[in-house]
Amino acid sequence: MNLQFTDEQLMMRNMVRDFAKTEIEPFIEQMEAGEFPRHLLTKMGELGLMGITAPAEYGGAEMDFTSYIIAIHELSKVSAVMGVILSVHTSVGTNPILYFGNEDQKKKYVPKLASGESIGAFCLTEPSAGSDAGSLKTKAVRDGEHYVLDGAKVFITNGGEADVYIVFASTNPEAGSRGISAFIVEKNTPGLIIGKDERKMGLHGSRTVQLTFENMRISAENLLGQEGDGFKIALANLDVGRIGIAAQSLGIAEAALEAATAYAKERIQFGKPIAKQQGVGFKLADMATAVEASKLLVYQAANLRSEGLSCGKEASMAKLFASQTAMDTAIEAVQIFGGYGYTEDYPVERYFRDAKVTQIYEGTSEIQRIVISKHVIG
Amino acid sequence: MNFQLSEEHQQLREMIRDFAINEVAPTAEHRDEHEEFDRGIFDKMAELGLTGIPWPEEYGGAGFDYLAYCIAVEELSRVCASTGVTLSAHTSLAGWPIFKFGNEEQKQKYLRPMAEGKKIGAYGLTEPGSGSDAGGMKTYAVKDGDDYILNGSKIFITNGGVADIYVVFAVTDPEAKNGTTAFIVEADFPGFSVGKKEKKLGIRSSPTTEIIFDNCRVPKENVLGEEGQGFIIAMKTLDGGRNGIAAQAVGIAQGALDAAVDYAKERVQFGKPITANQGVSFKLADMATEIEASRLLTYQAAWLESNDLPYGKASAMAKLLAGDTAMKVTTEAVQVFGGYGYTKDYPVERYMRDAKITQIYEGTQEIQRLVISRMITK
Repeated sequence: MNLQFTDEQLMMRNMVRDFAKTEIEPFIEQMEAGEFPRHLLTKMGELGLMGITAPAEYGGAEMDFTSYIIAIHELSKVSAVMGVILSVHTSVGTNPILYFGNEDQKKKYVPKLASGESIGAFCLTEPSAGSDAGSLKTKAVRDGEHYVLDGAKVFITNGGEADVYIVFASTNPEAGSRGISAFIVEKNTPGLIIGKDERKMGLHGSRTVQLTFENMRISAENLLGQEGDGFKIALANLDVGRIGIAAQSLGIAEAALEAATAYAKERIQFGKPIAKQQGVGFKLADMATAVEASKLLVYQAANLRSEGLSCGKEASMAKLFASQTAMDTAIEAVQIFGGYGYTEDYPVERYFRDAKVTQIYEGTSEIQRIVISKHVIG
Repeated sequence: MNFQLSEEHQQLREMIRDFAINEVAPTAEHRDEHEEFDRGIFDKMAELGLTGIPWPEEYGGAGFDYLAYCIAVEELSRVCASTGVTLSAHTSLAGWPIFKFGNEEQKQKYLRPMAEGKKIGAYGLTEPGSGSDAGGMKTYAVKDGDDYILNGSKIFITNGGVADIYVVFAVTDPEAKNGTTAFIVEADFPGFSVGKKEKKLGIRSSPTTEIIFDNCRVPKENVLGEEGQGFIIAMKTLDGGRNGIAAQAVGIAQGALDAAVDYAKERVQFGKPITANQGVSFKLADMATEIEASRLLTYQAAWLESNDLPYGKASAMAKLLAGDTAMKVTTEAVQVFGGYGYTKDYPVERYMRDAKITQIYEGTQEIQRLVISRMITK
């Protein structure tokens, strides 16, 4: 067992912390007003952060998975928006091509994704297919050298900004989830219609859109893997992607804890800092313990993945626990700030709003419990 | 012992529920988004006799009881927590101290127009340096002939800027143990002004402002109660006020639960409504149980107050449980709605943002625990 970061991982951590402080923090107000941080993604590309684990031969930084998780964690401490954009772009926007694409597809798409010139997105969820993703209804019909797609997707992170969309559609409705196939769809493809932007409780600045495919014709060369591989590809990437969301949750929780602790030491009532009241001190102790446990769960999952070991249960546990911790810690952080915490003058209400979605997307907490209980019960 | 509501109380509940659904709910989302207070809603509440429910008819009130008042706040808060607190602050925080400690002239001059809904009331205790430590306030009132000159400022004032009448607290004798005095300040007194309006996480259509006293001249007739009685008046006012907040919290929680139950019965995944999953139905059961307990505690405190029995511990318990319940229930309600719950197309995210303040104002949960523990350990 070794709980130290390697030198390379420490460098990643310090580099991202620096970047977050100097480049992201000043832009938070604009993101809260709804601006998508495209220019920050370009800068991240220049720093090699948009293809951290991709092999060098495709333009990636070829670093280990843990380094990538460190990046999401540290970004999210300052901005949960930056954390999710990177996580979606990499884990479910790029990796499906990297792990399931053929050589031509990898050469065509991965270098631009890894450099940040292209942004990736993942289109699985539909109005009637959320947790029950396997019941999706978007169809893909083979027509000569093309597939024609029809359907609608919802809650697409990076939608409208992405250059590359990994889209899941049924090539064989009779076969249920086994009839789903995965496709690479480029932006501006005729028939790809970017719909409304969701107005969300939090993660302002992260674009979440509805999409429709209307008689959208794509080359058969854009089929990822084989027909019928789609659901397997989706789940394989979500299984790992959830470690990214767990890292995002951890970042939010840590930010909330640090803000609350600093305030509790400064705020004087009844002649002493409120941190000296057990009601507050014990709260901080509980929060800190939960954050520590979350951190260990996240990095355990990351490390297993780095080593190429099976990590399905650990990834789900990390996501379940860390997202719960983010929500609890943010709620308590607002509490510790009292009335001030309820105003937009302090960052804790943003952590509160951002935290909630981590319990929902990339597999709700209920889905995580199904995954974990299957592992536990056997 | 009888746990049934009288016919009068039932009718009142139905009347207010109707009003809430037809006149308050339709604009709740818009008002929240734009931080807009609607005076028209308050005026309509006045027409219905809701703005002075517990005050005797001789002061323009409805001559009803505190239970009726709690029911009103609860029913309003089921659709719009901002409207609930507008009424609660007006009645409990501004009306009650004048009713209990005012002389006949003050009651006719100030309580009557508030009861009739011609004027809105507010309460000014909190300052930047004195929140939970309300006794540490620094607004001073110096005798000057027949007047007092007030200097200082208060923050987080509910109904700030829309109120005509403010019950405020200032130090008249810095040396004395009981050196605080309560005053009735009219918005157009010279030297009184409304400062910054807070941008908040929730209850956004209830205005929350700073109020400033700059050599504000207040006639001695406007001393409420006795000089030096201010702190006691402030604390006793909060004893009742916190039950209004408990009612608000119960309303918020019930509104969220109702929405979650309706959605869970409709939303089909894996071939069945999501209520068919114990992961969801057990959650709903827990939510319903906690709301039931919170409501009973709230009604108990109201009944005790109406019957001139001690209610301080009861109201603190009600506020403590109801506030925590509102926060938990609304967080779970968003969860039940999945991704949709995170968008502004559905009301539950507003309920979650609104719920948080019930754990903070009119005595934080920590203060409630202090009050309760002191009472049970003495």
